[in-house]
Formats: sequence, structure tokens, C-alpha cells
Amino acid sequence: MGWFKRLKEGIQTATSNKKEIPDGIWSKCPSCKEATLTRDLRDNLFVCPHCDHHLRIGSYEYFEILFEDSKYEIHFDDYEAKDMLEFEDLKKYKDRLKDAKEKTKLKDAISVAVGEIAPGQPLVIAAMDFSFIGGSMGSVVGEKISKAIDYSLVNKIPLMIIAKSGGARMMESAFSLMQMAKTSVKLGLLADAKIPYISLMTDPTTGGVTASFAMLGDFNIAEPKALIGFAGPRVIMETIKKELPEGFQSAEFLLEQGFLDFIVHRKDLKLKLQTLLDFFQNKPKSKSPVLDTEVVKAEGK
Amino acid sequence: MVFLEFEKPLESLYEQLDKIIEVGKEGDINVDPMVKKLERKIKKTQKDIYQNLNGWQRVQLSRHPNRPHTLYYINEICDEFIELHGDRYFSDDKAIVGGLGKIDGQTFVLIGHEKGTNTKLRQYRNFGMANPEGYRKSLRLMKMAEKFGFPVICMIDTMGANPGIEAEERGQAEAIARNMFEMAKLKTQTMCYIIGEGASGGAIGLGIGDRVFMFENTWYSVISPESCSQILWRSWDFKEQAAEALKLTSDHMASFGLIDGIVKEPLGGAHSFPKETAAIFKAHILEESAKLKEKEISVLLNERIEKYSAMGEYLLNPKEAVSAKK
Repeated sequence: MGWFKRLKEGIQTATSNKKEIPDGIWSKCPSCKEATLTRDLRDNLFVCPHCDHHLRIGSYEYFEILFEDSKYEIHFDDYEAKDMLEFEDLKKYKDRLKDAKEKTKLKDAISVAVGEIAPGQPLVIAAMDFSFIGGSMGSVVGEKISKAIDYSLVNKIPLMIIAKSGGARMMESAFSLMQMAKTSVKLGLLADAKIPYISLMTDPTTGGVTASFAMLGDFNIAEPKALIGFAGPRVIMETIKKELPEGFQSAEFLLEQGFLDFIVHRKDLKLKLQTLLDFFQNKPKSKSPVLDTEVVKAEGK
Repeated sequence: MVFLEFEKPLESLYEQLDKIIEVGKEGDINVDPMVKKLERKIKKTQKDIYQNLNGWQRVQLSRHPNRPHTLYYINEICDEFIELHGDRYFSDDKAIVGGLGKIDGQTFVLIGHEKGTNTKLRQYRNFGMANPEGYRKSLRLMKMAEKFGFPVICMIDTMGANPGIEAEERGQAEAIARNMFEMAKLKTQTMCYIIGEGASGGAIGLGIGDRVFMFENTWYSVISPESCSQILWRSWDFKEQAAEALKLTSDHMASFGLIDGIVKEPLGGAHSFPKETAAIFKAHILEESAKLKEKEISVLLNERIEKYSAMGEYLLNPKEAVSAKK
């Protein structure tokens, strides 16, 4: 549910169509309003060098940051949204989709990539794009997550979903509601197969996305200061008719309340993931003599 | 009786009927023919009204002040019922009730949103808007059902999960997500019924089951028509349009294949005939649970996973439309 108005000043990089940015172009940080060379900002992984604000970035930026040598394969890219309800509010859903596709050069609000985050450390990453109708979850997002889970299951590769979404997509009504069920049900299969699932929540993660796959990680982690919640802050304020406390629904708040394992700076994300996933790859660094004799014994029996 | 705007033609008919019956009692006159005539007229008017309801009217009926709620159905349906309280971690949520009940001699775990029947109780029940501990209580009871092999009945009737500071602090999103995750794996027969309003995460947090049914005059959607109007039309005034656009009625949901069936209400709606509706509900539960019991739990679990995995419609290689519907 799009509780949030799209902020024009956020990074709107047309992801798959990225152009070289000429020097001298400046970006203003939405948080501290300081200007930074856009190229420097990109070198700094879109984190403001002045105030450490993590700017909103798209799926492909995450793939570039996380995969070793920026090598990865895009999967399940042939899904597009269908307007089965012929939904129309002030704008037709069909037109919204068309505009979003033109603006973002993406097909929907999630992309799935497979690659290695370190040599011998494969990872399936499904990353959401807030710039596509507020990162809302409709049937395509649900199906692509489902497909990413299947891929993890078949190939026994850990899964990470990077959430960045206003929630379920209203224009698909009950179909989008059912994606909450679908993704949760499918994650159950991944859990049964004992394949690790990391949920990275980024700014913002709210509504039906938080209340389904985002909160179901073996590891629930988040970027600093990300807004994470079920009901949007405006809805809560309207309901209780009071101002919300400072820092309410921030990643730091969720960590304090016990819903996150840790918060990770974008610069440390890749290394932290490598360390984390390494716990699941119990390969001895050198051959242990004790182990060898035991193997011999066992074979001798 | 409370009459909604579109039910007004019935109000005057019922008034006339009451008057005639009174006159008959007082004056020793035979009013039977007139009563019969009026009753026929009422039936016809009911048909005209209730067989042509639009989305917004269904939403209004689902919220009708006389519409029965979870505790009413439990009292009507169960031979015995013991309510069980508390999530064992934080507190006892009043917007979700649950416990052990006997229906026709068989033990069930019954869980549902309760909205309350008068102003005081509505406040006490927080209008059926549950906090995380409500979902955690329901999960505790479902696990109990699994342990002892009791089937689970969930009754859904909520405008949504509570949007409040405490709800966020205690993890509303986690509670709902965990419920769906665990209900998908619950090793017992589960049946969910939308008995009134089925709004968003608050509804689907009790809504994963082997069978999901909607009562005829209910709705199920990702958002309430009011909130949808507020967000997409940027005004509260477009709720009727939003209700139509969301295609949220039981007929729509059945045609989309997103629910397993509709529980027909008596003509005139559950609010006019609560006892009769409860009887229909009871028969439905017994019939459907008997069918589920014929299947192995492992088969049910697989079917449950397949059902939810197939939900959603999209285009694959846009030129050829692919429907993932069953």
C-alpha cells in the first residue's frame, strides 16, 4: 500500500540504463542538504559522505555493490504485471504500469540475480525497486520471489531479499494481499530445506511487505535509519491523533525492540554477508589429521 | 432493527406489518390475509434489494450493527466452549478470541476477531483491531490444536490490524508474518471463514487454511475502501468507487479462485436472520471438516502449499498471457 509519497529528490537512476555521469553534476542529500559530486556519491555507495544518510538505490545498484566483480545473472526477467481487475482510480493501472516502466526501464518492482559475493559463496538476491510504483508488491513481485525461492531450493543456494516497499499493490486488491500468503508459504519450504534466508530491510519497508517475507528471515537485518513498520507513520498519527516519538519505526528502534539481528552500514554489507554465510560453509581451512584418521577408521570397518 | 439507507423500503413494510398484527390482536379481526400479503411483499422487496447489491452495499452489510460476530456464532454453534486467554508472552488481546469448542460432539479450536456488540464492548474489543499479542495467542491455540489433533476454525472480521504505537513496538508485522508462515505448515485441518470484514494483513493473519470461505455479504481486500479512497483519490469521498474498483465481494473472490467457496446467507442477510445463519454455518463446518478428515495431513499440507503458490496473475513473455490461476 503506497502510504508514502514518492520523494522527487531521491536517487532516480534509471537502473538498467545507467549512463556515465559527467563531472560537475551535484546531488543534494535529502537528509543534510549538503551537495556532493554525484560521481563521488556513487563511489561512496550512495551514502552521503557528510551525514552518512543511506540514499534510496535500486536493485541493480545493490547487485553491483554486492556481487564479486559485479558479475551476476539476472533471472526471471520475463514477468510483467497484468491488469486483471481493470483497476482505475484517478489514473488507470495500465497507465501507471506503462509510466513506471518508461520511467524506470524496469518491468516491475523486483529483480532477481544470482552470483557470488565472494569466490565460492553463491547467493540469490531478490531486490526491490521503490521507484516502480512505490516498490509495491503485486502478483509479479510475489511470483518472482516464489521463483527465487525455488531457485535457492533446487541449487541449495542461500537467499537474500532486499525489501524496499510501501507495501502491497492496491491496484491488484486481493491478488496482492495473497502475495503475502504466497511468499510466507514458500519461505516455509526454504526453512524446511534448511537453506539460510537473509532479509535486508532498507528505507522504506512497510505494510504487507514487512508483514510477510521481510520479517521472516533467519536473519533480519537493516540499513541504518531505514523506516520499517507495519502501519505507515501518517496512518498511525491520524489514528492516535498524537505526534510520534523521535526515531519511531527506524531501524534502530526495531533493533531495540528485538526485531532485527543487526544494522549494517552499506559499506560493510558485503563483508558482513560473506562472514555470515561462511558460518554455513563448514569447510576446514586445512586438512585436519584427526579427521583423516577417523575417516580411515570408518572406511576400514 | 437498524435499517441501512438501501434497506429503507423494508423498514416501512415491517412497520405496517407490526401495526396490522397489533390491530388483529386488539380488535378480534381476521388480519391473516393482509399479513400474508405484506409478508409476500417483504419477500419480494428483500429479493429486489439483496440480490442486486453493489460492492459498497456489501461493505455496509458486513458492518451492519446487527450482524453476528465470532462470539455469537461460537455460542450458537458449540455444544460447549471454553475460552482460552493470553499469548503467554505479553497479555491477552481482546480483539481476537479463541478456545476449545465442541460442535456436534467433535472438538475444534475456534479462533476469531471479535468486534463487540455495543459501544462499551466495541471499545473493549478495540473494534476488532488486534494487537500482535492477539495473533500470537491465536498461534498458540493453533499449535495446541496441532498437538492434540483438533481441527481449527478461524473467523475473520476486522477492519485491519491495530495501527498504533504499541502495536509497532511489539511487532505487528512480525506477528502477522509468523502466523501465515506457521499456518501454512500447521499439521491439522484448518478452515477460515470471512464472516464480516476482511481487511488486509489483519485479516490474512488468521487466513491461511486448507479451505477459505466467505460469507455472502462480506468483503476481502488488501485495503478498506475508505483508506483506498484516501490514498489513491486523496480524499475520503470516493469509497463507493474504491469498493467497486477493488472487486472485493465474495462473488468476485470466488470468480478469481482466491477463495474456496461462498457460504450463502438467508435472503435478507445474516443481520436479519442470525440464528438461521448460525445453523447454516454449523452445517457447513461439519460438512467441510468431514471432507478434510478423509485426507491425510501430508496431502492437505501439499495441497495448501500448492494452492497459495499458484495465487497471482501476471504476464509471462507479455505476448502470450499466462494465468497462474488454478
